[in-house]
Amino acid sequence: MTRAAGTSVPSAVADAHRREWAFVLAATVAVAGDLGSAEEAAQEAFESALGAWAVSGVPRNPGAWLTTVARRKALDRLRHAAVEQRALPKLLPEAEPEAGDDDAAAFPDERLRLIFTCCHPALSEEARIALTLRLVCGLQTGEVARGFLVSESTMAARITRAKQKVARARIPYRVPSDEELPERLDAVLDVVHLIYTAGHTAPAGSSLTRPDLADRALELAGLLRDLMPGNPDVAGLLALLVLTEARAAAREDADGRLVLLEDQDRTTWDRAAIAGGVRLLEEALRGRGRPGRFTILAAIAAVHDQSADWAGTDWAQIVGLYDALLDLWPSPVVRLNRAIAVGFAEGPAEGLRDLDRLASDPLLVRYPYLAAARADFLRRLGRREDAALAYQEALVFAGNDVERRFLGDRLAAL
Amino acid sequence: MDMANYLMLIYRDEAAAESMTGEEVSAPYREFMERRGDHLRGGAALEPAGTATSVRKREGGDYAVTDGVFVESKEALGGYYVVEAEDLDEALEIAKDIPAPFGGVEVRPIRVLSR
Repeated sequence: MTRAAGTSVPSAVADAHRREWAFVLAATVAVAGDLGSAEEAAQEAFESALGAWAVSGVPRNPGAWLTTVARRKALDRLRHAAVEQRALPKLLPEAEPEAGDDDAAAFPDERLRLIFTCCHPALSEEARIALTLRLVCGLQTGEVARGFLVSESTMAARITRAKQKVARARIPYRVPSDEELPERLDAVLDVVHLIYTAGHTAPAGSSLTRPDLADRALELAGLLRDLMPGNPDVAGLLALLVLTEARAAAREDADGRLVLLEDQDRTTWDRAAIAGGVRLLEEALRGRGRPGRFTILAAIAAVHDQSADWAGTDWAQIVGLYDALLDLWPSPVVRLNRAIAVGFAEGPAEGLRDLDRLASDPLLVRYPYLAAARADFLRRLGRREDAALAYQEALVFAGNDVERRFLGDRLAAL
Repeated sequence: MDMANYLMLIYRDEAAAESMTGEEVSAPYREFMERRGDHLRGGAALEPAGTATSVRKREGGDYAVTDGVFVESKEALGGYYVVEAEDLDEALEIAKDIPAPFGGVEVRPIRVLSR
């Protein structure tokens, strides 16, 4: 026991919650038998830490203390249920961890099981994101709801339904076999990437970013990297997030105005992060098999990060990378991004030609970035009236206030 | 580990299915049942949706009896299996193995009444 000087117990518990929640919960599921009761037991463990640590000090290993207590609470619940049913014998032997025991035997790290269960393909994408933020990141339901612009009751219902599906359909609590791994890991990486995307540019609201979500996505990618150190696709995703986040500070000026890549002050980019991201990318590219989706996106991010200025950007290389990406991921949004790269590689007329081919795609009809990209190429071509119409269209669909202000400024400046 | 039971509902586009003979349809199912016999706890093929009759209790206590399926859809229920599996992953692996050439398979856990 150490009494950390200057650290209040509530902040020590909050800190432990941030760092240890997933470990504690994941190690409790095996005892509790299902996610819901494991979650309740883990929550109770954090609540009892507030009182216990105030009396006996913050334990040396808060994670082990919390895991011991959470598992004991889960056992108590099972015993209680067994006594109520009378027919069942005691399921597990009496465990006797002292409430202050921080010298517990090392618990196995079950976090990968937890992650793969929350991201199981039998759950909807929305459910996977919600479960991952709630159960792996330990966010409160209200925080998850705010991140995705739904009411707290809607999000609570979504999380409850997802947990019920896991329990009732028996989604197994395990890491997939090597054979299933590529497909199952892809679903996990997608969830982390979607959380990052929602944090990088909030779909609506007054602020450009949701740093809380972006941070959680970076932590998740870092955690996956720790848990699956040799996996090139995991390295590729982490590289993408690090290389993108390295430019975050340059995206808004002092007045909170959006600054496009073209106009960013590149001296404010985080050079150390870029160097780290490039090392991860190189590792991902050395991996066996062809590079995954996120590795290719990371390579595109690295081209920007390593260009001394906008004019020096190697757009031909970026177009080539988007071609490789389209082979793996023939999505309209990838086509849109390729068309934009073509516009900078070959000229705005060529970019516009490719963008117009996408105009009838039903998935892009309400997508503000298609209209915004058209507006920008029309502006560069000097077609002011057409550009104005395209900016107005983009304003109809854009939900983020900072982006709306940018589009409004561009429209006014035509 | 105790096992769970799943109902596998096989849906098919009946118009498309008519293009095949009975033997063409049933041979792959026989092979499936040989492969997965250990897991099968029941199952049957159904007559076409046009033979269905739906019964619904009315508020007054009498019954409305109508010609046709309960819920109209392009793909109709054409058969089912009851499958025993360890967990959803095993159930899904078996579901992928069901021939179902003109549609697909819905996997529903069968509720366990008291645990």
